[in-house]
Amino acid sequence: MGVAREEKRMAKVPIQFVLNGDEKAEFVESGSTLLKVLREKLGDTSPKGGCHQGTCGTCSVLVDGELRLSCLTLAETCEGASVTTTAGLAEGGVLHPLQRAFQEGFATQCGFCTPGMIMAAKALLDRVPNPTREEVVDAISGNICRCTGYEPIIRAILSAARSNSHHAA
Amino acid sequence: MAIRRGRGVAAINYPTGMNLGGDPSQALVHSTPTGNFMVTLSSVDLGQGLKQVMAQICAETIGVPTEQVIIDTADTDTGPHCMGTFASRGTHRIGNAVVQAAREARQVMLEVAAEALEVNASDLETDGTGNIHVKGAPQKSISIFDTALTAHFKLGRSISGRGMFLVPRSYPEVETGAMKPSTCYAHACTVVDVEVDDETGEVTVVSVKNVFEIGRALNPKMVEQQLVGGSWMGISHALYETTEPYYPSREHGGTDFNEYLMPGPGDLADTEIIVLERPAADGPYGAKGPGEMCANPQIPAVANAVFDAVGVRIDMLPITPERILRALKEQRAA
Repeated sequence: MGVAREEKRMAKVPIQFVLNGDEKAEFVESGSTLLKVLREKLGDTSPKGGCHQGTCGTCSVLVDGELRLSCLTLAETCEGASVTTTAGLAEGGVLHPLQRAFQEGFATQCGFCTPGMIMAAKALLDRVPNPTREEVVDAISGNICRCTGYEPIIRAILSAARSNSHHAA
Repeated sequence: MAIRRGRGVAAINYPTGMNLGGDPSQALVHSTPTGNFMVTLSSVDLGQGLKQVMAQICAETIGVPTEQVIIDTADTDTGPHCMGTFASRGTHRIGNAVVQAAREARQVMLEVAAEALEVNASDLETDGTGNIHVKGAPQKSISIFDTALTAHFKLGRSISGRGMFLVPRSYPEVETGAMKPSTCYAHACTVVDVEVDDETGEVTVVSVKNVFEIGRALNPKMVEQQLVGGSWMGISHALYETTEPYYPSREHGGTDFNEYLMPGPGDLADTEIIVLERPAADGPYGAKGPGEMCANPQIPAVANAVFDAVGVRIDMLPITPERILRALKEQRAA
C-alpha cells in the first residue's frame, strides 16, 4: 500500500503569476485548476466553485484582461499572466463602480453568482464602455443566477457604465 | 400553423409559515456594555435578508438605530429554538419572537434609565437615535450607552428579553379533515400574456404583471428584490424546470445541472410588480411572508394563457413544447 501511495505522488510544479497586482509564487499539483489554486493555495475565495463544469460562471476571473472560467483553466497555463478577481477590484477600501452599482441596485441576493457576474461585466465594460442592453445580456449569458431574475443585474451593469462615462466626462 | 396570443389570470392565497407542532421560534435579546443590542437566534440567513429585517424589527421595538443591533444566527446546538427559515415563515415567526424579546429588553432598559434619572419608567421614551428622555422634557435625558453602563456596573442588571412565537395547535376535524394550517395569508394575482407557436409548441412569455399583498414591506427594496426574482422563478417553474426536459424518455433527460433548464438573461419577459400592504393583525409590524408566495401565481396564469391561446389544458409542469404538441394532436383527433 505504501508503494502504491509512492507511485501516485507526483512532483509539484512551480508557478508564478500576478494576482490583483501582487506577485505570487506557488508549488501546485500538476493539473490543478486556477480556481483551486486561487481558493485553496492563495486564499482568494472571491471566485466561487459552482458547477465545476464551466456552465454557471461564478468562477469567472480575468486572465490578462480576458474573461476566463477558472474552474476549467489549468493553473499552469497562467504562468507569467496577470489574474484579476473580484477581490482585487476595490481600491483602498473604495468599491469599484460595478460593485457599488450591484450594491445600490440590489443586484445581489444570496450572492453566490455575484463575483462571476461582476467579472463578466468588467470584461464587457473594459471593452465596450457604453454597452447596449443586448450587449449586457449577451455578456452575462454564461452566468447563472437563481435569485434575482437577472433584471436587477442587467440594470446595475448599465448603471455602472453610465456612472463610468459620467466620471470620464 | 401560426403564432397565437393568449392571456391568463390567476390569484392565490399563500400561507405564512405552517402549523406543524405550533411552528415555534424563539429569540433572546441582550445589551452589550456599550448599549448595542444583540439578538441571538438559531435561524439561518441563506441570502433572503433575515439578519437585516430582524435588526430593523429589534431596533424599531427597542427604539435604537438599526446599526446598534447585532444579529447572531449562532447554530442550532446553542441558539434559542427555531423551526428554521423555510415555509415563508422567517419574517413573521422569528420577527414576532424578536418583537417580544425586544419589548422585554426595552422595559428593563427604561427601568434602568428611570433609576438613573430618578423618574418613573412609564414617563420615559426613546428618541430613536440612541437616547432616552422624559416625555415632554427632552433635556432630561440619558444615552442608551450610559444606561447600559449603569445597568452593568451600578445596578447589576441584565438589559435583556426573551421572545417566543407559538401558534395554537390545530388538529384536523375527524369528519371533514378540515383544519387551520396557518394564521396568516399573503395574496397575489398575476396576469400573463403569452405567444404560443402551434407548430413547435414553444411558448414565449410576453409580459408578466403581478400584484402582491404582503402585509407590510418591512424593507421595501428587499421585498421588491424578492418579488422580481420570484416572478422570474414562477415563469421558470411554469415553462422550464424539470429534470426531464422536453423528451419522452428518462434517458434523454438532463443528468446534471448543466442540462437543467431555466430562463437566462436573454429570456426575460417584461415584468411588473405592484405591492399592496394590508397589515396582518398577528404580524410583526404587520408583515406577512413574501418568500415563496411570489413564485406561485405565474404558474396557473401561464397554464391559463396557454389555454386561451391554443385551447388546450396542460395539467403537468413544466408546460413543455412536447406537452403542448401532444395536447394539440389529441384536440385535432377529437
